[in-house]
Amino acid sequence: MNSTSTQFVPSRRMGIYEMVGVSGNFKENDYLDSSPSMIFEDTSDGTVGPSNKYDHVARKPADKVLRRLAQNREAARKSRLRKKAYVQKLESSKLRLIELTQELQRARRQGLYKGGELDYGLQGYSGITSPGIATFETGYGQWVEEQNRQVVELRKALQSSNGVTELQFFVNSGMRHYLDLFNMKAAAAKADVFYLMSGMWKTSAERYFSWIGGFRPSELLKVLIPHLEPLSDEQRWEVNNLRQSCQQAEDALSQGMDKLHQIIAETVCDGLLDEGNYLPQLAAAMEKLEPLVRFVNQADHLRRETLQLISRILDIHQAARGLLALGEYFQRLRALSSLWASRPREPA
Amino acid sequence: MERVKKLASEKGVIIFSKSTCCLCYTVHMLFREIGIDPYVHEIDHDPEGKEIEKALLRMGCNGPVPAVFIGGELVGSTNEVMSLHLSGSLVQRLKPYKNLS
Repeated sequence: MNSTSTQFVPSRRMGIYEMVGVSGNFKENDYLDSSPSMIFEDTSDGTVGPSNKYDHVARKPADKVLRRLAQNREAARKSRLRKKAYVQKLESSKLRLIELTQELQRARRQGLYKGGELDYGLQGYSGITSPGIATFETGYGQWVEEQNRQVVELRKALQSSNGVTELQFFVNSGMRHYLDLFNMKAAAAKADVFYLMSGMWKTSAERYFSWIGGFRPSELLKVLIPHLEPLSDEQRWEVNNLRQSCQQAEDALSQGMDKLHQIIAETVCDGLLDEGNYLPQLAAAMEKLEPLVRFVNQADHLRRETLQLISRILDIHQAARGLLALGEYFQRLRALSSLWASRPREPA
Repeated sequence: MERVKKLASEKGVIIFSKSTCCLCYTVHMLFREIGIDPYVHEIDHDPEGKEIEKALLRMGCNGPVPAVFIGGELVGSTNEVMSLHLSGSLVQRLKPYKNLS
């Protein structure tokens, strides 16, 4: 209980005791216990004299409080400094991470790396890619860059309310650009349909919304429609019909895919635990995988048709707005993927 | 060829299919969704299946299955069916055959 405190509390102003060189046992904790006559007081001007016992009692708890306050201030200050240093470190790490992500994406577009970007989910892709896929990746990277450019041009054209001719030009380019993508995908499907179906060539958020190797056309229509207003009654009727037909076609395709999935699974599993040569099963499964290419092509056909049909229903301004909305939607998904990939994580 | 024509004219709506073909299943499901119950002829269960396949290919079906005929006329394969459906024409063409099974 009685310990010799060697702490100094520097504020003279408060009349706080200094413990330097005081002979004897000047015990801080004794203050409240001892009788007043045994306590020595050393005031700052060096005089020693009798002091009012109430003075001591009044001052000592205050001393402790004051000392505690000062210590707290000091601790808080140090804590703020530490926090500041930590945040600065985080900021520079974040920048470095964004830098690395961009480098990786650039390299990937140049075909140096295969597979997903800075995204912890994809380690499975074997990295053995055919030249067809390498070509596709390069092409797709360029496609995205061109897409971003077109979005900027389209936005400017809509804002400047230029003539119909200019808008028509941009709408035509935009539609052609999507057709280019479908052509690229058709070639890639022949090279490696699994690659296409898994959406390896897209960013993670896009992959999340993916359906049979690409965007879901009915969902796309849902994104577009609010930005096409005002629609005439006839247009609205046609657009709603298109959306419904699209949904039905998608459902039918999905069911077909499910059936294929089941058939392939059954083929692979045929004769498990028979301890024989499983090559016949794999050969059979290979055959069953062939229709996958047809399915992906069918899904792309649906996408292409939907885009073309809706562009025919709309007037030029609506079509331009629709294309812009579409372009911006995909940009947001890509940005979301980057942001997600660079978010701070819990240490493992 | 004759067999194909005969079947097509007998049945209002017919899908030439193979039991293992999942795209055929897709087309079948699409018809069901719009309220049609088409006649599905599995050519792999038909002794003359090979002949039918050749005939369909000659007629321009690149599957050769699924091959869809409505009212005796060749509509086409999956692509054609999908395009027709999206444009609203499929439902129109199938109207006379709705709820007939």
